[in-house]
Amino acid sequence: MFAAFLQYLFSGLTSGAIYALAGLGFAIIYNASHVINFAQGEFIMIGGMATATMVAAGVPVYLAIPLAMAASMLVGVAMEKFAIEPARNSDVVTIIIITIGASIFLRGAAQIIWDKEFHSLPAFSGETPIAVLGATLMPQSLWVFGISAVAIALLWYFFNRTMFGKAMLGTSHNRLAAQLVGVAVKKVLLASFALSALLGAVGGIVVTPITFTNYEAGIMLGLKGFSAAVLGGLGNGTGAIVGGLIVGIAEAMASGYLSSAYKDAIAFIIILFVLFFMPSGLFGKRGTDRV
Amino acid sequence: MNLMTARTGGLAALAIFITVAPLGFSNSYFYDVGVNAMFNAILCVGLNLLIGYAGQISLGHAGFFALGAYGSGILTERYGMPAIGALVLSASVVGVLAFVVARPILKLKGHYLAMATLGIGIIIHIVLKTEAGITGGPDGMSVGNFKMLGFTVKGDQMWYWVTGVLLVLAVWLSLNLIQSPVGRALRAVHGSEVGAEVVGVDTSSYKVLVFVVSAVFASIVGSLFAHKNGFITPDISSFFHSVELVTMVVLGGMASIYGALIGAVILTLLPQLLAAVEQYEAMILGAIMMGTMIFMPKGLLPSLLASLKRREAGK
Repeated sequence: MFAAFLQYLFSGLTSGAIYALAGLGFAIIYNASHVINFAQGEFIMIGGMATATMVAAGVPVYLAIPLAMAASMLVGVAMEKFAIEPARNSDVVTIIIITIGASIFLRGAAQIIWDKEFHSLPAFSGETPIAVLGATLMPQSLWVFGISAVAIALLWYFFNRTMFGKAMLGTSHNRLAAQLVGVAVKKVLLASFALSALLGAVGGIVVTPITFTNYEAGIMLGLKGFSAAVLGGLGNGTGAIVGGLIVGIAEAMASGYLSSAYKDAIAFIIILFVLFFMPSGLFGKRGTDRV
Repeated sequence: MNLMTARTGGLAALAIFITVAPLGFSNSYFYDVGVNAMFNAILCVGLNLLIGYAGQISLGHAGFFALGAYGSGILTERYGMPAIGALVLSASVVGVLAFVVARPILKLKGHYLAMATLGIGIIIHIVLKTEAGITGGPDGMSVGNFKMLGFTVKGDQMWYWVTGVLLVLAVWLSLNLIQSPVGRALRAVHGSEVGAEVVGVDTSSYKVLVFVVSAVFASIVGSLFAHKNGFITPDISSFFHSVELVTMVVLGGMASIYGALIGAVILTLLPQLLAAVEQYEAMILGAIMMGTMIFMPKGLLPSLLASLKRREAGK
């Protein structure tokens, strides 16, 4: 009874950590530019696919991982430069369509560069399950928790202790004021895309040994990351992490105790409830419109 | 009512175009593509009322379309209901569903609204895929011909004329809606919701109304699509299909009924034209979406009209 619960919890935390990374990616870009990047899931896909295919081709893992991360960042920067920046003054619907267009484009490209097959990576440290109070934990899940925690800690350090990170935070609060005190806003926007692409790639790489990946793998991961971000309150980093974990755990519990067929629907059911009753998410600011 | 206004002119041009176009059709494939283009056009004319005129995005409209399709399929195939009854019943159920969710959903703005409508679409998709006992699950289900009063609509050619009439009807209805006080209220909502509220427009009622109307449009087209196609799968309710519909509206031109129509036709024809380079189709579609939005954020038709006007003014 308890063992089963623990088992669901482990699996929920594992996917929740990935949703949290994706949600953070949404939050970073949203803060810097008020853009919701529907191609966030594609960064995850690119990280996983690039690493998996390079490793399969004989590139050592320690080389394949940084290369995949760099590739994903490059895509993020290119996307900001060529698709988002030229349309900066457009309205929300327009920018949503642009980022959806980018995600379709990247999926199409992935399908040509790689293929339509599923790819996997060997687990980082073996497949021997660890027994915990009657439940089992895969070592790869520990990697997912550990690396997500490290990524989150580094982000915290970056935003609170480095000059550039503070400049990014400043931009998110008030772009004009940041510009006036000498923040290069354009660089901040580029950096936000690079950073969230990097986060996405990290998530994609650590999760690939567990879930496999293919050119379409980014869609659901991206949408769940989006719900995590909205659940927490758009643009709130802590919110995105909490939101990701809630979505992951709720999903695992629902698929364990209720029905596994409806697992994917859970995130969206939660999000509808939250939006109906707390329209700005759990940690969102309650804003008023100025007329 | 004055019959010779700009809008009746456009309507006449549309009717003439639909009548004349088949002269260039060399086989039934053209009729088939034509019918699909017009299905999408009807759907987009409805969706455009919501997105273009009221300024409310919906990333879940494929869900309403699929509910119409499955409603008709299930009621006619499993319960032997007459096709027209199934169509009306499905559309009413979709209308009621849209009405129930509209009020809480339309309180949301921007990205939150996008997320909520997306969520509804995905939940519908998952239900259709999972409840295999009723819907046939991922394998889909067959739907018979559309029979009414002893008359059967079948064959690409007959569907073409039926759909053509319906498209003209849909455009006429929307034009009337837009020109009416309701239309003015909607545009006020788009301009400034608070402003509209201040001058006494009951903004939430109007938003709910247009949401329900656009969902019913989608449901009716879904029902017809099911009969015409003869086979439906849950794919018709996918997130991608919702995105496609929104793209048609935005590509052709928001707040322009004929723009939405043109967007629908272009995006329906595109895959046919790209069939030769099938593996690049997704990339090209993505590039077109990005390119149009970057260089013509108002959409094709309004941008073209604006540049024509500029040229005339420059003379």
